[in-house]
Amino acid sequence: MVGTMCLAQRPTMTVPIEQLSATGLVKDFGGLRAVDVDAFALHAGEIRAVIGPNGAGKTTFVGLLCGRFPPTAGRIRFEGRDITGMPAHERVGLGIAYTFQITSIFGNLSLYDNVALPAQRRAMLDGGGDVRARAMAALKRVGLADRATEIASAQSYGHQRLLEVAMGLALGPKVLILDEPTQGLADSEIAAFIDLVREVARETTILLIEHNMPVVMALAERITVLDRGRILAEGTPEAIRADAAVQAAYLGG
Amino acid sequence: MDILQYLPFDLPHPALLLAGVLEGTVLAAVLALTALGLSLVFGIMRVVNVAHGEFYMLGAVLAWFVTTWVASVTGGPPWLGFAVALVVAPVVVGAIAAAADWLVLKRLDYDPEATIVATIGLLYIIQQLALTFYGPDARPVVAPFDFRVQTPYFGYSGYKLVVVGAAIVLMLAVWLVLTRTRIGLVMRATQYDRETAQAFGIPVDTVYAGVFALGAGLAAIGAVLIVPIQQAHYLMGGDPLLLSFIVVILGGLGSLKGTLVAAVFIGLSDGLISTLYEPTLAKILATLLVAMVLVFRPQGLFGARAA
Amino acid sequence: MTRSILLHGLVLAALVALEPVLSEYHHGNLARIMVLAVYAVGYNMLFGYTGLLSLGHAMFFAAGMYGCALLVRLAEWGVGPAFAAGVVCALAAGVVVGFLALRTIGVGFMIVTLMFAEAAHLGILYYNDYTRGDEGFTIPQAIRTVAGLDLSDTTTRYFAALALFAAALIASAAVVQSRTGRVLVAIRENEDRVRMLGFDPFRYKLFALVFSATMAGAAGAAYAVLFGYAGASFAEVQYSILPLLWVLLGGPGTTLGPLLGTVLMFYLIDYASGTIMPGLAALVEAQTGIAAPGLASAWLLMVGLALVLLVLFAPRGLLGVVRARMVPWLP
Repeated sequence: MVGTMCLAQRPTMTVPIEQLSATGLVKDFGGLRAVDVDAFALHAGEIRAVIGPNGAGKTTFVGLLCGRFPPTAGRIRFEGRDITGMPAHERVGLGIAYTFQITSIFGNLSLYDNVALPAQRRAMLDGGGDVRARAMAALKRVGLADRATEIASAQSYGHQRLLEVAMGLALGPKVLILDEPTQGLADSEIAAFIDLVREVARETTILLIEHNMPVVMALAERITVLDRGRILAEGTPEAIRADAAVQAAYLGG
Repeated sequence: MDILQYLPFDLPHPALLLAGVLEGTVLAAVLALTALGLSLVFGIMRVVNVAHGEFYMLGAVLAWFVTTWVASVTGGPPWLGFAVALVVAPVVVGAIAAAADWLVLKRLDYDPEATIVATIGLLYIIQQLALTFYGPDARPVVAPFDFRVQTPYFGYSGYKLVVVGAAIVLMLAVWLVLTRTRIGLVMRATQYDRETAQAFGIPVDTVYAGVFALGAGLAAIGAVLIVPIQQAHYLMGGDPLLLSFIVVILGGLGSLKGTLVAAVFIGLSDGLISTLYEPTLAKILATLLVAMVLVFRPQGLFGARAA
Repeated sequence: MTRSILLHGLVLAALVALEPVLSEYHHGNLARIMVLAVYAVGYNMLFGYTGLLSLGHAMFFAAGMYGCALLVRLAEWGVGPAFAAGVVCALAAGVVVGFLALRTIGVGFMIVTLMFAEAAHLGILYYNDYTRGDEGFTIPQAIRTVAGLDLSDTTTRYFAALALFAAALIASAAVVQSRTGRVLVAIRENEDRVRMLGFDPFRYKLFALVFSATMAGAAGAAYAVLFGYAGASFAEVQYSILPLLWVLLGGPGTTLGPLLGTVLMFYLIDYASGTIMPGLAALVEAQTGIAAPGLASAWLLMVGLALVLLVLFAPRGLLGVVRARMVPWLP
């Protein structure tokens, strides 16, 4: 029952399903309102980019979606179910995976052990499964299978970013949230990364926080622009590119 | 007819109650000084100094050495040696603390867990060196002066009341330094954000060594003040450490105001309870209270929110 | 995996083989060391593998020791059932302390465990009528028997200690090489990441703490049964610091580090208090004329120096260095 309902629905759907949504979402830090989003909906199967200037609240916003911090106010729903009060690890169990902006791999463990952890969690949730095969498959997808026994901290920065993504993939998520995945990557690595995300998107909804506009334009089907915690604009890449307010706040700046 | 006989418990005699309050006030004064040192170190450096009680002990032991030496060399009155000790002990203890900061804590980059382990090690080193050179005996220091204040029930040591006054003056001085001087500003800036302070040219290493020395020095002064009342012994650091922890945690980690309020509260209640009831039970309740406060109300009972 | 089984088997076999050749003095020492190493093995699960630094493990050791010894003394239980009851006491204490203390992190966790242990220590002193406080009480030799075995007999005691240590070592090696062990290590490395991989860190930390407390309690109960004594000094802060020191020395996060650290530190302290310190005291006095009245008894200086030097220069401990430099597969 788990893990199939959102697969490959995109091409046939006319009205998109709201997979992960938020209403009236507010987060205050001290006196500062970091996030203030009236309505946000991520549709099953899409690749959505969240862009915005530094300090716009992007990481905080997705952090609320995946439960890293509790919201000050508002509701979050996933596949029709209210998950506002659900702890982060249970949301991961439902299929919301998050990869960290600051590379957050287990540096002292081998690449295999890094992906075996999420693979093992998936197997526990599914009530069984081959951890080793799942872990190796995740490494293979990002092209790191031949380095499985090497220590994670000894890898190049680009490989560490890929490992971070592989950890998310090994969870077999329905929604994969990628927080600035291409930051610090070389151009050649970025091209390969775009291909990887496209491939993953065939079976997973992608929510991508990204600064690199060429990457956003190449990947995103829809773009949400955040500015000072609020949604400034939302639409197709073409519409966003044409939006005067967005240009003033972000692109033109 | 005496209505008091119908109370469900024995009301302590007013004399006992007064004695408890007086003893509690003295304890609170010294405790506030000692705990203030611990609180400063935690507040500004984020270091939990488990060796704090040993700096206190070192202050008391040095007071004994200094007063004994002054008396033997000059043959002067007790107040002379005591006055010298009041200057020498905190300075020497502060220098030792600064050296420990430079030799050990700085090299650990103030990692919270590593520094706790290191200060546990320092605790044993200082304590055992005191045992080595001072020996296992408890020794008294003569009070600098001797007069008694008459209460309705009993005569009370005037020296103890002077201790309270001295502690208040010292705490006021620390407070003035922290809030009204450039040194205080530099300390607060370092507490607020270490990296930014460094970027603005504040010598963070020196500030840290200074704060660690100041914290230890405050404990040492507290000990010099107490040593005419309690004898100096190499194991005397345990109780002030525990009580300072209790005070600093109840007051809110790093909150100076909270520390003072908690010191008065703990000092008075400890004085009263120890005089009237069972001190061990009081300590059990206090330690459990501290644990529960950390678990359920980490910002402390009396303090504002910790950073 | 097979290398690891072989290594642990060899260590245990060596301990068996040592029994007949040891002098009476070392024989008694090693029995004591193996019991204390069980304590260290438990401490290592929490500190070395999960990354939680407790400053209050003496309360679990004491829970096992008094849970066992008081039942023997006051309720006249046999030492076998009393041992089991001691272990259960420590386990229960671990659950209660875990549920409370694990709500805090880092320094908060250290202080909370320290405070609970201090309260437990004071409680033992307070109920002096039952526990006889610092003075403690002995368990008579005549009743220290299980299934016809006289546990006060040195050979029997040695093998009883060895059996307990073997059980602890195997249990800990099994846990750390299991999937649970992988999660524990990951929590030590980066707890937030583990949560975002879908694991509930609290459950795993609670498991590690309860496992650790149970081992500490088994060591405490075994100490009471095998050496016939229970006293409040085992509940002091010092007895919370010692397992930390043993594990730091031997190598946190290595299965054999606790044993190595306990052996080395035990003999260092033994040698220091018996030979080094008195010798040093005589030397200082003869050479400088400065009286050092307490130096001969200042063996705790070794503990302090070892802690500072380890944390400064070898935070990975001996076997941690061996693993990093030579034997990467060391469990």
